[in-house]
Amino acid sequence: MAVTEADVRHVAALARIALDDARVPSLVRELNTILDHMAVLEALPRDGADDDDRAPMRLREDVVDPAPMARGLEAFAPATRDGFLVVPRLDTHGHLGGGEEGE
Amino acid sequence: MTAAASPATLVARDLAAAVAAGTASARTLAADALARAAAHADLNAFVTLHATPEAACEGSAARGPLAGVPVAVKDNIATTSLSTSCGSRILEGYVSPFDATAVARLRAAGATIVGKANMDEFAMGSSTEHSAFGPVRNPAAPGRVPGGSSGGSAAVVAAGIVPISLGSETGGSVRQPAAFCGITGVKPTYGRVSRYGLVAFASSLDHVGVFGRTVDDAALGLSVIAGVDPRDATSADVAVDDWRAHAGTERLDGTVVGVPREYFPASLDPAMRASCDEAIERLRALGATVREVSLPHTDYAIPVYYILAPAEASSNLARFDGVRYGMRAPADDLRGMYETTRSRGFGAEVTRRILLGTYVLSKGHYDAYYRTAQAVRRRITADFTRVFADGVHVLFTPTTPTPAFEFGAKSAPLEMYLSDIFTATANLAGVPAMSLPIGRVGGLPAGGQLLAAHFREADMFRVAYALERAYGPEVRA
Repeated sequence: MAVTEADVRHVAALARIALDDARVPSLVRELNTILDHMAVLEALPRDGADDDDRAPMRLREDVVDPAPMARGLEAFAPATRDGFLVVPRLDTHGHLGGGEEGE
Repeated sequence: MTAAASPATLVARDLAAAVAAGTASARTLAADALARAAAHADLNAFVTLHATPEAACEGSAARGPLAGVPVAVKDNIATTSLSTSCGSRILEGYVSPFDATAVARLRAAGATIVGKANMDEFAMGSSTEHSAFGPVRNPAAPGRVPGGSSGGSAAVVAAGIVPISLGSETGGSVRQPAAFCGITGVKPTYGRVSRYGLVAFASSLDHVGVFGRTVDDAALGLSVIAGVDPRDATSADVAVDDWRAHAGTERLDGTVVGVPREYFPASLDPAMRASCDEAIERLRALGATVREVSLPHTDYAIPVYYILAPAEASSNLARFDGVRYGMRAPADDLRGMYETTRSRGFGAEVTRRILLGTYVLSKGHYDAYYRTAQAVRRRITADFTRVFADGVHVLFTPTTPTPAFEFGAKSAPLEMYLSDIFTATANLAGVPAMSLPIGRVGGLPAGGQLLAAHFREADMFRVAYALERAYGPEVRA
């Protein structure tokens, strides 16, 4: 179950960490060395006492989807524009300028 | 009163008594501690210090069991008066809007917080070489690491800057630096001390712990911060015993000390083994019954720990994304901002563990790693439960396989991880454990570890008080 460069790039993307290309090969080596040490667990004889009586956790694919919403934005915002909610401007942000009156 | 100037006389109990008697003031004691911190600046043990003794004393009660006692707090425990950086660039300068429960209880007991102690970034490390603010030096062994991740907290007590400090543990980060620096370090039962305000690394393994020069100071510090807290759902509503009632214990007749054979492998440094043998002889001489026992799953602790801890860390550290806390690196879009902030903000070890944790939790690997590790963790816990149910009061082991190592000696990550081999088990099982000085190995401090059953810190302290008394004060740093 050796970790590949593609695996490292994949988990880095999931973890929102940008990696320099130069760093990837050493991370592959380091993770494989660490995970090799974990292999001892697979050799441990398992028995029924190890089984957690809770239902196993359901896992989805490791892909990032847009945040799902039960209803569209329009359903709970007073107004929308270009996919954004239009809300009253905060008093504390008046100095930023721009925008329209009442937003 | 300047009795606090000498490390040998810097005892929290005595300082609090002097303040109560009116022969010392909190302000003077804080000023002395700040002066000592400045004199030991070369240790690099603090990330931040209060600028004035008045600032250190602000918010602390005038009376209490720690009245006027200067303490240091690890930089991953939230304080409103000083920043909480976790030894990381990503949180540099971050000031918490609230005090951690442990800190609030210290202040309510009269303690003054003089500074925040340096640490491995996000508590990931065993040498304090992984701090974004530079490594900490071991006051007891120049040229060597103080251990980690609470290396700063250990160093400030060992150097006599403060008598008590707070640290945190996920796999031994209080006990291992206590052993390396020649002082006492206690990790209580999981749930004994609130984690509210302790920046999360691996929530099921994280503990707040205490360093003291003496067993009694460690017991005093722990007694102040222990107890249920509604703000931490995992804190336990179990009565806190009067551990200090065991101070002065002279005999251990009727106490059964278990010596687990797995903690004395053939590869153990012979000098460390000899040091432990001497401690065991002293326990026998005190009247304890010493019995060899077995904790058969000990060898699996490091693989289990280095699956579960990074897995939990990868989730806990997702919150540091440039939006809510600390630094934000500019980028063209939101995803770019997250990625640039995190890659610039986290150091190499934290990045490695986040990637490792993300990998073991990802689909296709979850069963092989995470689920298996959870099952073996239950076996490790069951090993302890069985031994303590068989009549053993405490276990005695070496705290570490070797004394303090030199800077840069463990450059391969796995090599560093293996230095937690005797301590990670207690975090996995949640049992209380402590390290106390048991002499020297090659001129360097050596630590002996005591472990007890869940919420039986009293057994551990009783044996620790007696063993400390048997060794005498010269065994300390």
